[in-house]
Amino acid sequence: MRNLTGLLFAGGLGFMLLSIAINLDFGTPTMLIGGAIQSKALQETGATNIVTSVVLGYRGIDTLGELSILFAAAASAGLILGRRHTTAGTQTAGGFVLRHGGSMLFPLLMTIGFYIIFHGHLSPGGGFQGGVILAAAFFLPLLARPGAQLHHGTLSLIEGFAGASFVLIGLIALQQGKAFLQPMLIQDTLGVLLSAGTLPLLYLAVGLKVGAELASLLSHLAQTESDV
Amino acid sequence: MGELEIWIALLLGLMMLSAAILVLLVKNHIAAVAAASVVSLGLALLFVLMRAPDVAMTEAAVGAGLSSLILALAVKRLGLWRIEGKITRSSLLATNTRREKDA
Repeated sequence: MRNLTGLLFAGGLGFMLLSIAINLDFGTPTMLIGGAIQSKALQETGATNIVTSVVLGYRGIDTLGELSILFAAAASAGLILGRRHTTAGTQTAGGFVLRHGGSMLFPLLMTIGFYIIFHGHLSPGGGFQGGVILAAAFFLPLLARPGAQLHHGTLSLIEGFAGASFVLIGLIALQQGKAFLQPMLIQDTLGVLLSAGTLPLLYLAVGLKVGAELASLLSHLAQTESDV
Repeated sequence: MGELEIWIALLLGLMMLSAAILVLLVKNHIAAVAAASVVSLGLALLFVLMRAPDVAMTEAAVGAGLSSLILALAVKRLGLWRIEGKITRSSLLATNTRREKDA
């Protein structure tokens, strides 16, 4: 009986979605925004990576929403996992390969993470990808030495500062009579590290925020354990 | 897309499909997490083939790296971290725990 009800429900849902979809005419009216952005992005934002100019310039407020969602997810996970387990720090350290590999990989991961963040407006990549790599760099030593822990106060300070500066850059644009988060200080040099105005600053804020958030989430996950 | 790229994409799709089915079938939880990571890795390579390097980097960092790490930590937290039937509740990759030495 329950199976029949489920089948009926799924069939009805499928029928409904199909009957809605059959009346939609896909492809009309033609979307013109892609072509418009591709022809204007270089002059308007100065970023050679058009994806970055969309993410931070044309759709900056969506990125702010994305950051808030990430913040809410990390905060709720931290709330659930908040209690440290009693055996924290009593596990034996990782093996030789893990310990020394972690120490050797740490500077390389930091370098590549910051490289990806700082070159977000020039080449593929940006704040989100670089931030995840930074978080991985800080999590690796935790795997090798279970007793060590990240300083959560510093992490929250970095995270709050980065998030506040993202909003602040947007508010400064508003104060200058532009739209919220509209790119400012556009230079006419393309493809240089210091170009694209405020976009690299915004990506640096995103990278630091994502990195600090994920590092603290991972260390929370690693340091709490089940009651069983 | 050239003919070679289509063949590579087909091969990647086959690999991802078989890894995804393996996630459902395999008994060991760690192996399931690793297979789920393989799906994400194949997807990242597919994004590179389709000229979307930004999305590919995100997929490789978040999908293949971070989310499988979180899944692995969750498996450990739930007490399902078994290698060859023996429960090792130590840190990842550590060989033994002090608790086991005491026992």
